[in-house]
Amino acid sequence: MSRVRVLVGTRKGAFVLTADGKRQHWDVSGPHFAGWEILHMKGSPADPNRLYASQTSSWFGQVIQRSNDGGQTWETVGNQFAYDGVPGTHQWYDGTPHPWAFARVWHLEPALDDADTVYAGVEDAALFKTTDGGQTWRELSGLREHGSGPSWQPGAGGMCLHTILLDPKHAERMFIAISAAGAFRSDDAGKSWRPINRGLKSEGIPDPHAEVGHCVHRIAMHPTRPDVLFMQKHWDVMRSDNGGESWREVSGNLPSDFGFPIDVHAHEPETIYVVPIKSDSEHYPPDGKLRVYRSRSGGNEWEALTRGLPQRDCYVNVLRDAMAIDSVDDCGVYFGTTGGQVYVSADAGDNWAPIVRDLPPVLSVEVQTLR
Amino acid sequence: MIRVVLPAHLRKLARVDREVELEVDGTATQRSVLDALEARYPMLRGTIRDHTTQQRRPFVRFFACEEDLSHESPDAPLPDKVARGDEPFLVVGAMAGG
Repeated sequence: MSRVRVLVGTRKGAFVLTADGKRQHWDVSGPHFAGWEILHMKGSPADPNRLYASQTSSWFGQVIQRSNDGGQTWETVGNQFAYDGVPGTHQWYDGTPHPWAFARVWHLEPALDDADTVYAGVEDAALFKTTDGGQTWRELSGLREHGSGPSWQPGAGGMCLHTILLDPKHAERMFIAISAAGAFRSDDAGKSWRPINRGLKSEGIPDPHAEVGHCVHRIAMHPTRPDVLFMQKHWDVMRSDNGGESWREVSGNLPSDFGFPIDVHAHEPETIYVVPIKSDSEHYPPDGKLRVYRSRSGGNEWEALTRGLPQRDCYVNVLRDAMAIDSVDDCGVYFGTTGGQVYVSADAGDNWAPIVRDLPPVLSVEVQTLR
Repeated sequence: MIRVVLPAHLRKLARVDREVELEVDGTATQRSVLDALEARYPMLRGTIRDHTTQQRRPFVRFFACEEDLSHESPDAPLPDKVARGDEPFLVVGAMAGG
């Protein structure tokens, strides 16, 4: 029978939640790295016992942790993220030039076929790669230097590279997203990049249809169909059927098309999930009701999933890296909240239950399906 | 022999449970002590001072002999009592919310 291991990064440490394939009874391990922010943890598809964690603190900076035994023990690896050459400036919030400076690692994406190769998305936005299990990191500077970098501006959370998607069918293709620059694609393993934002419309920038400057919150794909991308933008849920060459809006009947995470069902490539959030400034669910919305048609028609979720007086947020999908036959969906709850649905979203209720604010949720 | 007291988070990261004792060649300065500390405990690189600029991280302070040495030159000699090991060199996480 399958087992699942859920990796939860919080504002004050990491937690590892494990269960069998029924996902009813859970063991909770943690806090690991107590007191530190764990922005993201992720396991290697090539070796599920190899985990990587981004550990940060305002006091002591960035640490990268690696586990070779599924999170039972950890070791520190390299934490030097030096930009390639003199990085120059990007725009600050007020539009003035601001020197590029490393702040933290937002997202770690292990390669599909090699446990020692990992991509790291960092703030200020750049993409790094290790091929020695995290001991050394090298910038893939073709992204930052492709041309539009000096015009990039930070989103409210900082100028972060938060999404890294590796295309399982085209080995040299990858997608990334930056708040608030937009989505970018490489077709040569990260050497060169171009913006893929045609069709996005953002009212908060001078030219709503600009090539860059869009606050993309998250992109998701189904591994069997990597040319189809789903995007949760600052406003609007978007879809591309051509690897990001163009996008169209699929927000449909959502109560709010603002939100952070978006994800795809493990076995149904047209079934997608979002968590609508009220904005521009509230950043909690509309009407105090925590609802996941599911579309079984790849967007436009959405249904509210509420069973087991609080439907009154709920004012938490769900951050961009805090939703995950397992690949058990009865597909499991997970998300964590800024109120410290991690919810699971073991039936693709129909019914929900909290695994834990009282963690520190949840920053990220990943799940591994272990055979 | 120089005695260095680390904050709890860095002791845990370095896997030490008490103050650290270091041999430093030449004059004991902030730089020479931190160089020796990072050579013994490479996982502390980047956590006290920036990898590249070697500047003290903003929320880290250096105290010794009841004095705040944070704004002294990294190449200034440390107090004799620290150089002799009579008093420790304290690496402190600044008091701040969070």
